[in-house]
Amino acid sequence: MLTQYASVLIFLAFGLAFTVGTLVAAFLVRRYRPSLLKYTTYECGEVPVGQSWVQFNLRFYVYALLFLVFDVEVAFIIPWAVVFKELGLFAFVEMMIFIGILILGLAYAWRKGALEWT
Amino acid sequence: MDVRSGVVLDRLPLVVEKLPGGRLVTTTADFFIDWATESSVWPLTFGLACCAIEMMAAYASRFDFDRLGVIPRGTPRQADMIIVAGTVTKKMAPRIERLYHQMPDPKFVLSMGSCSNTGGPFYDSYSVVKGVDKVVPVDVYLPGCPPRPDALMYAVLKIQEKIKKMSIKDRLPQTQVAIEAMKQAGAV
Repeated sequence: MLTQYASVLIFLAFGLAFTVGTLVAAFLVRRYRPSLLKYTTYECGEVPVGQSWVQFNLRFYVYALLFLVFDVEVAFIIPWAVVFKELGLFAFVEMMIFIGILILGLAYAWRKGALEWT
Repeated sequence: MDVRSGVVLDRLPLVVEKLPGGRLVTTTADFFIDWATESSVWPLTFGLACCAIEMMAAYASRFDFDRLGVIPRGTPRQADMIIVAGTVTKKMAPRIERLYHQMPDPKFVLSMGSCSNTGGPFYDSYSVVKGVDKVVPVDVYLPGCPPRPDALMYAVLKIQEKIKKMSIKDRLPQTQVAIEAMKQAGAV
């Protein structure tokens, strides 16, 4: 039983040897040609401006949440629309209930003022 | 001497060539390293004007640049070659220079088309650089307005010919020059 795990061990050893061996080989054959610009950030040839750490407005969070609602809605509606004729009335009613719930959610968010920026 | 520059292959010719028959080791190493380099001349995805359309056609299936080992890369960190495909304006020139310096060595510049060779039909323009060789060192000049994709392939073959002549004997002096430049800039 335990000997069956030998293949796992061999795979592990090969994987480790390959990873370390590649890195060592790359170190031996590589060129070392340092220059200051090689350490700079790549910005399509532009000089980078400011920090990469950017603060987003908190109000985008509500918009992202509302977007998610419509995103999921589309993901459900498109497959439903493709086989709409085969599914018949039952699926139509069910989808209307689903959309109705989402509209209820949107109306609630609208009422609460989530769509207003200020 | 910097410790990191003590890469074995750079120093190999110093030791081996003193031994009898040591040249054989150097040339064999050269053969394999140059073969690896020439078989993977990855260009930076970079197009400036209408020559870039011909360049894209060369990448696509009819001409199939991949079989020469030319696979476009999205970042200069992985690129070996920059194909200057199009008119180099004075606004673009510092960007090209920056991209060129961000590429790792060894790097090659292919000046594609009349515009990047000499300024071409826009030679009299106030805003066009009269040849990309005013900004970066060019390895192969490819004439044409624009050159056909097969001409671009020929230019890449010329670069591969150039790579075949490279030797590890030249590496250590080049490394020393680079480190000296870093020291003068106060980075080391």
